[in-house]
Amino acid sequence: MSDRDVIEFDVLIVGAGPAGLATAIRLKQLREDLNVCVIDKASTVGAQILSGAVMEPEPLDELLPGWRDNPPPILQPVLKDEFSFLTEKSRYWMPNPPQMNNHGNFIISLGATCAWLAEQAEEAGVEIYPGFAASEPLFNEAGDQVIGVRIGDMGIDKQGNPKDGFMQGVDITAQMTVLAEGCRGSVSKALIAKFGLDADCDPQTYGIGMKELWQVPKGRVKPGTVQHTLGWPLDTSTYGGSFLYQLDEDRVALGFVIGLDYQDPEFEPFEAFQQFKNHPSIKALLEGGTIISSGARAIVEGGIQSLPKLEMPGALLVGDAGGKLNVPKIKGTHMALRSGMMAAEHLAKELTHSGYDQLWRGSSSAAELHKVRNIRPGFQKGMWFGLVNAAIETVTMGKLPRTLSNHPDHEQLRKVSEPRLSPQYDSSKRSLEPRDRLASVYFAATEHDEDQPVHLQVTDTNICVTRCKEEYNNPCTRFCPANVYEMVETDGETQLQINSANCVHCKTCDIKDPYQIINWTTPEGSAGPNYVNL
Amino acid sequence: MKILVGIKRVVDYNVRIRVKPDGSGVVTDGVKMSMNPFDEIAVEEALQIKERGECDEIIVISIGAKQSQEQLRTALAMGADRGVHVLVDEQIEPLTASKAILSVAQSEGVDLILLGKQAIDDDNNQTAQMVAALWDRPQATFASELAFTDGKVTAVREVDAGLEVLEVDLPAVISVDLRLNEPRYVKLPDMMKAKKKTIDVKSLEDLGVTSGAGVTSLGVRAPEGRQAGIKVETVEELVKELQARGLVND
Ligand SMILES: Cc1cc2nc3c(=O)[nH]c(=O)nc-3n(C[C@H](O)[C@H](O)[C@H](O)COP(=O)(O)OP(=O)(O)OC[C@H]3O[C@@H](n4cnc5c(N)ncnc54)[C@H](O)[C@@H]3O)c2cc1C
Ligand code: SF4
Repeated sequence: MSDRDVIEFDVLIVGAGPAGLATAIRLKQLREDLNVCVIDKASTVGAQILSGAVMEPEPLDELLPGWRDNPPPILQPVLKDEFSFLTEKSRYWMPNPPQMNNHGNFIISLGATCAWLAEQAEEAGVEIYPGFAASEPLFNEAGDQVIGVRIGDMGIDKQGNPKDGFMQGVDITAQMTVLAEGCRGSVSKALIAKFGLDADCDPQTYGIGMKELWQVPKGRVKPGTVQHTLGWPLDTSTYGGSFLYQLDEDRVALGFVIGLDYQDPEFEPFEAFQQFKNHPSIKALLEGGTIISSGARAIVEGGIQSLPKLEMPGALLVGDAGGKLNVPKIKGTHMALRSGMMAAEHLAKELTHSGYDQLWRGSSSAAELHKVRNIRPGFQKGMWFGLVNAAIETVTMGKLPRTLSNHPDHEQLRKVSEPRLSPQYDSSKRSLEPRDRLASVYFAATEHDEDQPVHLQVTDTNICVTRCKEEYNNPCTRFCPANVYEMVETDGETQLQINSANCVHCKTCDIKDPYQIINWTTPEGSAGPNYVNL
Repeated sequence: MKILVGIKRVVDYNVRIRVKPDGSGVVTDGVKMSMNPFDEIAVEEALQIKERGECDEIIVISIGAKQSQEQLRTALAMGADRGVHVLVDEQIEPLTASKAILSVAQSEGVDLILLGKQAIDDDNNQTAQMVAALWDRPQATFASELAFTDGKVTAVREVDAGLEVLEVDLPAVISVDLRLNEPRYVKLPDMMKAKKKTIDVKSLEDLGVTSGAGVTSLGVRAPEGRQAGIKVETVEELVKELQARGLVND
């Protein structure tokens, strides 16, 4: 349509996470004259951000030198690191791996930190608009250069017809577009495919992270304690573990991360997390408390060998939209901040894409990822091999002349006909909330107008009832942490039902679906979870 | 006609309310805040009146902390002309809010004050009535339909017994109910324009209002959790259980 409103900026940043906001702030610091705009699909900045999170503070020292005098609302210095191995009833303390040494780091809420960063950005003159989702990239006439993004329409009904109050989305154009959508960004995914940015690297791999923030009875919490576990309730073929960070004001942030290269189609990540919480040593901390907020988000795990090219005509990829997380540390915030600052320094010289990829690959961030490149892939051969391999890689500091390769997560599922790998979890003995996935969605405060097109597009629902049922028994009904996918029987016929209003935008389905027929697209702006301090 | 619309920043209706551990109030830290939904309807109504050519200027007012300006900006992006922010950091009572609204209404010489029927945070449902009383002007509360004809407004009110139709002389105070209209989405270009519209910041002293302390809050408690139910097999068992709880006579 030709009468669509068009808004122009010098630089448009998609996503107000650490990567996007660092890009914006640095750019304004260096070039006050540039018009810089940041959009985010969440209703407010940070409402759809979910992270651990222990943060390395150095990049913030560089970006905002006085930040410690005007800190974000949740900032707890790490005082103690603990690492243990769980069995069903016991806990074995293990030496803390050097990558997990958090001396000098802070426990934060990344959501709250981003809301705080957004204030700093606005003060620097950045225009930030939460509530607007980038639905697709825009190209020049020749179709070989990104010129901005289209904002999704508002007020379309389920069948795709305009409702009363329909509002056509605007086009935002910019000389340079910076994609900071985080892990598995939908616009980034389209652009990586279009420009073949991943042609020369391994496939990207991911994990699913689930998290809850608890308010527990007074006196139990030791603020500043950082705990990680391996082992139970996962079987040794599945990569993953827990994190538990003790905050001030009797709050505990805890979660579970599981590699999406898990092989058992019957495996249920959400159940594993809930099972973990009911371990005697964890339950004792939580019992009698309440959940403040909970949610889930995919986490990028491919490392440097899966890193796509970070530039294309008209656009850059920063933060986890590119995939820069350091897996052994489970930290991506410092990398996201750094890559954003680097993008800004590059753009401040000239508004061009050319040269950013090279700049980043020559940086200390790339060296950091190179050093740990073989640790995560070692776990493809199981936990014990992975641990031994990790020890070797740590001692040799990644200098061995080899790079283990990554394989697509969606190809890792075994058929249901093969024996089960993961244990069956007994949920009846669990006493902590939430009872099930629906109860958990309630704590995510997720909200989608039900009368809008389903934003989870399944391109061939026939496969669901034929091949998928037979080969994998519909794993989408189990890997989705929000119970969005259900196989329901109506009039004797089984069909896929998509409860899209429950979606917490974690992107797991887009990644793990074995036939790659699920496409996560942006719903109406503001829709989705409303996390509190995750 | 000049319209003044009142706006309150409240915890968003989707958010699960949590009481602070010390019982001094509810948690708002890190919580999504929005414009009170009834106030959004009031803003929408003012815009529709203006679009019909029956109003020349819409002023929006919010009384509250610095962040209340976000909600004023939203109203300006929807289409209001300018904003007044009465900056107060502490919680204020409906009576204080009413005095502040009236003070601005009088100095601006407005013909109509449109307010939400209640704020969803404290559910007081008092401000519109108090403003009308202090102003000594007519009021129509819980309006679900409005029509204007030469200096008068006809309001359809939702009352327990059904619908009631009132005709009141302007200037007047009207509080709006849910079914009056469906507020519009905010457009991105309008959001950008709203950044350039003016918001006058005032204090209660500027308006000659003293913040009263007529109500003292003793504490805030979450409702008791519901007890788990039990299953009974027979009617006799049911009667026995009810008797044991003193719910039916022996
Ligand atoms: C469970 C878990 C635990 C973690 N723990 C830690 C930790 O302890 N320490 C650490 O340093 N890192 C940790 N990480 C990693 C860290 O959170 C990420 O590396 C970091 O958030 C990446 O930042 P980003 O800015 O690239 O993306 P994000 O933080 O994901 O931000 C992306 C933003 O873009 C918005 N967006 C996405 N798509 C669109 C669109 N199409 N239109 C508009 N807006 C859009 C989103 O709403 C979001 O606000 C953890 C991650 C997970 C999942
Ligand atoms: S539908 Fe997909 S993106 Fe949404 S919560 Fe489920 S797995 Fe995550």
